[in-house]
Amino acid sequence: MAIEHAYKKLKEISLEEFILPGTSTCGGCGGLEALRLAHKVLGKNVVFVNAAGCFTLLALFPFSPFKGSWLYTTMASAPAGAQGIRDALDLLIARGALSIEEDLQVIVLAGDGASYDIGLASTSGAIYRNLDFWYFCYDNEAYGNTGVQMSSATPYAARTTTTPAAVLTPEGTELPKKDLFEIWRAHCPPYLATVSPRHPLDLARKFEKAKAFKGPKLFIAYSPCPTGWHYDPGQTPEIARLAVETGLWALKEAVHGEVAHTYIPKKLKSVEEYLQAQGRFAHLFHPVRQEAALRKIREAITQYWAPYLRTMQNAK
Amino acid sequence: MGPQREEMLTGNMAAAWGARLARAEYVPAYPITPQTEIVETLAQWFADGTMQGKFVTMDSEHSMLTAAGAAAATGVRVFTATSSQGLLYAFEVLYTVAGWRVPLVLVNVSRALASPITLEPDHNDVLAARDAGFLQIHCETCQEVLDSILMAYKIAEDPRVLLPVIVNLDGYYLSFTREPVAIPSAEEAAAFLPPYEPHHAFFKASRPLAQGIAVLGGFIYSYFRYQEQLAARNALAVHDEVAAEFARRFGRSYGPVEAYRLEDAEYALVMSNAFATKGKAAVDLFRQRGERVGLLRLRLLRPFPHEAVQAALRGKRAVAVLDQNLSVGQGGITYQEVAAALYHEPSRPLLLSCIGGLGGKEISAGEFEEVLELMKEAAATGQVPGPQLLYTEGEQTQMAHLLDIAGKEWG
Repeated sequence: MAIEHAYKKLKEISLEEFILPGTSTCGGCGGLEALRLAHKVLGKNVVFVNAAGCFTLLALFPFSPFKGSWLYTTMASAPAGAQGIRDALDLLIARGALSIEEDLQVIVLAGDGASYDIGLASTSGAIYRNLDFWYFCYDNEAYGNTGVQMSSATPYAARTTTTPAAVLTPEGTELPKKDLFEIWRAHCPPYLATVSPRHPLDLARKFEKAKAFKGPKLFIAYSPCPTGWHYDPGQTPEIARLAVETGLWALKEAVHGEVAHTYIPKKLKSVEEYLQAQGRFAHLFHPVRQEAALRKIREAITQYWAPYLRTMQNAK
Repeated sequence: MGPQREEMLTGNMAAAWGARLARAEYVPAYPITPQTEIVETLAQWFADGTMQGKFVTMDSEHSMLTAAGAAAATGVRVFTATSSQGLLYAFEVLYTVAGWRVPLVLVNVSRALASPITLEPDHNDVLAARDAGFLQIHCETCQEVLDSILMAYKIAEDPRVLLPVIVNLDGYYLSFTREPVAIPSAEEAAAFLPPYEPHHAFFKASRPLAQGIAVLGGFIYSYFRYQEQLAARNALAVHDEVAAEFARRFGRSYGPVEAYRLEDAEYALVMSNAFATKGKAAVDLFRQRGERVGLLRLRLLRPFPHEAVQAALRGKRAVAVLDQNLSVGQGGITYQEVAAALYHEPSRPLLLSCIGGLGGKEISAGEFEEVLELMKEAAATGQVPGPQLLYTEGEQTQMAHLLDIAGKEWG
């Protein structure tokens, strides 16, 4: 399939909206902005298969902000719902009961709790079966809809309501973020990418590129969450920019398992700038600086980027 | 009546034939004993072109039933099967897809639940799903399994109903027992069951639709739940219509309950599924020596046929509900349902609860004798004992021996 849009300039992104305003998400929701941008590339003929999470309350009887179709399934089995819909559409089209113009792109819409934790087995099954579907994970790094509890997507040293910064656990979350990208990549899907709403062209190019592949097309969208991360909703773009510039959120893709970074910061910004902008990390600085925790965060970033920055240098 | 050929089929094979004759187009599957033979058979039939559509092995029963519901919500006829732990693993999805109002058919091959983990049947698995919004048909014979699946689709797809159906059969005793089964021709089956063409549930580009959408507010939630209840109650009349047409076409009649030698009976057993055959044999023995005993077999468990149960048990001196299940801390599950059905009867029979056949445990002739004695004693004294847990002296001796080996004492 030829790539229709190169997405070199912002004005190439469609002005048409497929998610109408007035939803129940919080102001400044980074996940919704990422989805809005993705939907502009995907077009109108979609059916979202939703797992329990913040976005479940987007479609609330008798209203839906979506121009496309919707099925709420369960928290753990949205990919299986996608399987049922995709297979049924294929069967109906094959026997002539549905014209090809009626076909829909099937998109799992799930948060990090559903994606990283409870729904991982169902996702693994769908990728293994090479299901022709999209997966959009809005990753706000906690169980947001239930009031910000730790998920396995919560980064080390973030404070959540179930990983408080307290006497015995001064860092808050003690475990590092699970690497869902690598777990998914181990299945060798045709297309896999991370995206951020602050990098709309990178996001649009990736969704456009993925259209060429039949099979699982998987996206993890960085989703700044003012409510859960404790920052002013107006700061969402800046938080998202810092996440990428500090090297905490790597923008990358994997085509048939081959990883490529689509944006490599020339010089990584100090991660403290990112951390200090959010209440969920405030305990790392007040009442005392937690040097050991900060060092651990810095080291993890350095360790992640070392091979890629070296490659860059070698290429030059 | 059309040409029907007869074959020796296991209960599982009969279930597979039911799905085949119903032209189920989509079968998501996951193996579990003792159901597996059903999906093995269907896999073969899809693979060799005998059945048209798609068979897909899923990653769990939870995923399996989600895929089943989603495919049905898109507009194809769906069949799937499970047992026991698998049914419970899919539990939240039972409620979910019933709320989607998708008329799929799920065969449950009953198997007792862990712990302790075991293989042989009782009905705690399927009865755990009794509140889920699925209709339930419980079968005694292999023939009834095949016939009930065909009927189940027709009931489920009726616009007055639009609810999924569980067709239940007992693991081992029926799943692996061969009986002669009359197999309707494909043409006859198609004449009885037309293609599934839903107008309420679909996904297509030209008509965007939100299904399974969230609601906030008890009055909205209650509206949709009441809709399910009303649709399930509609299924009583729809069942009878469908059964009448089935009898006309195929010559086999099924009611919501089956009355066996009940008409002049003073005492009645109430049973369900394959062990009802043992109950009928016991009734025959009682009758041979002049005892007026009959049996009521519960077949349609959801919707519960209150009136049919009332009519069948009216005028009996005592009735014993023999439950192959245990609601721990309460007793038999269907006992409670039969009691509720009889409560408003002006002259109610005494109603006893017996628990037997758990985990496939035999219900011996001696145990049936005991149940009859309990009914007679109750009738004589007017006193009804609490739930009776059936166990024989021989079983007690064997169990004591095993406990001894395990270094434990009876208690």
